[in-house]
Amino acid sequence: MSLLDVSGLTVSAGRQVLVDDVSFAISAGERVGVIGESGSGKSVTSLAVTGLLADALSASGSVLLHGTQVIGAPDRELRPLRGPVAGILFQEPLTALDPLMRVGRQVAEPMRRHLGLRGTALQDAVRSALVDVSLPDPRFAGAFPHELSGGQRQRVATAVALAARPRLLIADEPTTALDVTVQDEILTLLDRLVSERDMALMFISHDLAVVSRMTDRIVVMRSGRAVEQGTVGQIVGEPHDPYTAALVASARALDSALDAPASGASDGEASR
Amino acid sequence: MSILELQSARFAYGSRTVVDDVSLSVSAGEAVGLVGESGAGKSTILALLLGLAAPSAGSVLFDGAPLDRRDRRIMRRFRADVQTVFQDPYSSLDPRQRIDRIVGEPLRSLGIASGDDARRAVLDAVTSVGLDVDVLGRYPHEFSGGQRQRIAIARAIVSKPRVLLADEPVSALDVTTRIQVIELLQTLRRETGLALIMVSHDLSAVAALCEHTIVLQGGRVVEDGATSDVLHAPQTDYARVLVSAIPRLPPARAAE
Amino acid sequence: MSAVVEQQIEDAAPRRRGGRRSTLVLGLSLTGLIVLLAIVSLIWLPYPPSDISGGRLEAPSAAHLLGTDKLGRDLFTQLMIGARIALLVGIGSVALAAVLGVLIGLIAAFARPWVDDSLSATLDVVIAFPVLLLAMLVVAVQGASLWSAILAIGLAMSAVVARLTRILARRVLQEQFITAARTSGTRWHGIVLFHVLPNIAPTLGVNLALQFGAAVLAEASLSYLGLGAPPPNASWGRLLQEAQGTVLTAPVGAIAPGVALVTLVLGVNFVADGLRDFIDPTRRRQR
Repeated sequence: MSLLDVSGLTVSAGRQVLVDDVSFAISAGERVGVIGESGSGKSVTSLAVTGLLADALSASGSVLLHGTQVIGAPDRELRPLRGPVAGILFQEPLTALDPLMRVGRQVAEPMRRHLGLRGTALQDAVRSALVDVSLPDPRFAGAFPHELSGGQRQRVATAVALAARPRLLIADEPTTALDVTVQDEILTLLDRLVSERDMALMFISHDLAVVSRMTDRIVVMRSGRAVEQGTVGQIVGEPHDPYTAALVASARALDSALDAPASGASDGEASR
Repeated sequence: MSILELQSARFAYGSRTVVDDVSLSVSAGEAVGLVGESGAGKSTILALLLGLAAPSAGSVLFDGAPLDRRDRRIMRRFRADVQTVFQDPYSSLDPRQRIDRIVGEPLRSLGIASGDDARRAVLDAVTSVGLDVDVLGRYPHEFSGGQRQRIAIARAIVSKPRVLLADEPVSALDVTTRIQVIELLQTLRRETGLALIMVSHDLSAVAALCEHTIVLQGGRVVEDGATSDVLHAPQTDYARVLVSAIPRLPPARAAE
Repeated sequence: MSAVVEQQIEDAAPRRRGGRRSTLVLGLSLTGLIVLLAIVSLIWLPYPPSDISGGRLEAPSAAHLLGTDKLGRDLFTQLMIGARIALLVGIGSVALAAVLGVLIGLIAAFARPWVDDSLSATLDVVIAFPVLLLAMLVVAVQGASLWSAILAIGLAMSAVVARLTRILARRVLQEQFITAARTSGTRWHGIVLFHVLPNIAPTLGVNLALQFGAAVLAEASLSYLGLGAPPPNASWGRLLQEAQGTVLTAPVGAIAPGVALVTLVLGVNFVADGLRDFIDPTRRRQR
C-alpha cells in the first residue's frame, strides 16, 4: 500500500481551478519531487494532501494518506495524521514557527501530544531532537525564533516536523529563502535524517538542481496539471513533454554558465 | 578611465560597519558581478554606487571625479548615465502609472527629452526589450513578472546610460523567464556597449553575464578576479565553500 | 506560496463586486436626494425662512408639508435650509481636514525620526481629545456659528487624516518604485505629487467620505447642545433640540430632521463602502 495515494485531485477557488486532476503516489521510503514554477499549483497540492486547504478552496478527488481519505474529512480525523504520519516543513521559518514560544516548547508539543511523553523523558527527547538537527547547544531550547539565524530556524522547524516520527516528510520550498551555503547545509541535513529514519519524502521546489539532488522521482506541474512524471534521469535527460523540455533546457543553460562563464571580450552567451 | 568606481568605501550605521574598505570599478563595456550572501553588504554597496547614500569613509568616483551629490548638474548627468534595474518586478513599477509614463520618467525628470522626442525614445526602449508597442497604454498589473522586468529594463535604458546597475534582476523570476532576461541583457550589452554591475546571490546568473566577479563577505571583499578563476580556482575558503554549495544538475549523459 | 493562493481566492469572488455596485447606487441616491434639497433651497423655498405666519405646531397639511414649529415657521423650509447647512459643514470640515491632515501627514512621513515622533505624539493627543470639548474651546474663542463648528470639526478630523496619511505615505515610500523614481532623477516634490499622492488617494478618499458622515453628525450634536448656528438658519441638530419639548404632541418636528440626518449619513457611508471596491482593482498582484 502506498503511503500517499493522490488520485484525480482537483482544487478550485470559486471558478478558478488551481489544481487540475493530479495523480501520483509515494510509497514508504520513496523520495518524490514536485517541481513547478509560480502558479503551477504545487504548494496548493501539498496543502491538499494534509487537509490544510483554506476554507474558501474546495477539493475533489481522492487523497489517501496512510489509508485515510483526506478529501472531505473533518479536521478531527486528520489531526492524528499530521505529526505521526506526515510532517510538514514550510518555506518561511519566520512564519512557520510561533514567535512567542520558545523553541524547545515548540519541539515538545508534538511529542507531548502524539508520543505521550512527559517530564524528564520529554526534556530528553527535545534535547535529542535538537542534537539531531545539529543544534547541540542546550541553550537553543530556551531561545525564541527571532534570536536564531534563518538556517537555525529552519533546523528547528525540521525538528518540529519530525518530532512525532512521521513516515512522510512534506517539504515545501524549505531552502528557497536561505543563503546558498545554508541551503546546502539544510539539504544535507534533510538527506541524512530522511535516510536514517527510513522516511518517505515529498520535496516541492522550483529549483530543478535541488530536486534532482534530493529525490529519485519527479512530478512536473504546470498551471495546475501534472504534465510529466518520471525518474530524475528521465526527466533531466529525456523529457517528453514540451514544457518539461523547456524547463530542463532553461535550467541546463543556467547551469552550464557555471562551467563556461562569460569571459573577456566575448559575452559568454549561454549555450542551449 | 573607469566610469563608476568605489575607492576604499566604508559605510557604518552607528557602531555597526556594514561595508568595510571595498574598492571596485567598472569601465566602458565591462561587466562586474558582486556576489555575496545576506549581510554581505551588497545592498549598501549598491546604494553607494547609486549615489543614494554617502560613504562614511572612502569615495565614490564618477568619471574619475568624486561624486558631489549636491551638485545638481553633475547629478543630472550621473543619473542619466548610471541607471538601475531592481530586484522585485512587482514593487519597482508604480501601479498607478501607465507604462509609457513609467518608462519615460527619466526623460522628464532629467530634462533629457520631451514631447515627440520623448515618445520616440520610449518607443525605442520598449521595442529593444522585446515588448510590443501596445504595452504603452497599459498598467503594470496586466503583466507577468518577466514582462515587468523587461519594462523596468526599458526604463533603465531610455536615457541611454553608460552603466547599468542590476540588483538581483532575475532572482524573483521563474527559471524559464530568467534565461530570457539574461539573454536580453547580453544583447543590450553587445549592441550598445553598456557596462554592467550586477549584484546577486545567484552565481549562475553572474557567470552568464559578468567576466569579472567580486565576492563579498561581512562587508569586505574576499575574492576579486575573472569569473572563471573565481569559479574554477577560488583562492579563499569562503569562495570555495560558496562555489561548491551551488546546486548542480546531474550531467545530461548519465540518464538511467 | 500564500500570495498565490490568496490572490486566487480573491479572483474567485465575483459576487462581492455586484453587491458593492448596488450599495454605491443606493448611497448615491440617498445622498443625491439631500443634495437636491440643498440645491433647490438656494433658488426656491416654500416660505421665507423667518415667516411665522403659520399657526404654532400645526400638523402636516397642504400648506405646510411637514407642519410648523413652535414659533410658526414652516418645517419643510427649515429642513431644506438644514440640508444646505449639513452639506456645507460636511464639505467644509472634510476639506479643512484633508488639506491640513495630508500636509501634516506627509511632513511626518518624510521627517527625521524625532520630528516624526513628536508630531505623532501631538496627533495622538488631539485624537484623544473629544471633538465636542474641542468645539467648545473654539466656540468660546470664536462664538457660536457655523464657521466655528466647521473649524472645530475640521481640526479634530485633520489629526485622524494626518495619522492615516503618514502611515500610507510611509508604506508607499518603502516601495522600490520610489527608489526607481529617485534614480530616474525625480526630485522629492515630483515623487510626492506623482507617486505618493496617487497611491494613497484611493484609501484616503474612502476615509474622507466616511469622515463626511461623521462631520455631519458631529455638527448635529454641537447644534443640539446649542453650540451651532441659531434659527432660522438652523441645522437639523438645532431643529432636533427645539423639537425636544414637544416630541409627544408634535412628533413630526423631531422625526423629520432625524430622518434627514440618517438619510444623508447612511447615503454617504454607502457611497464610501461602494467606492472601496473601486479603490484599487488594478493593484492586485499576479504571481
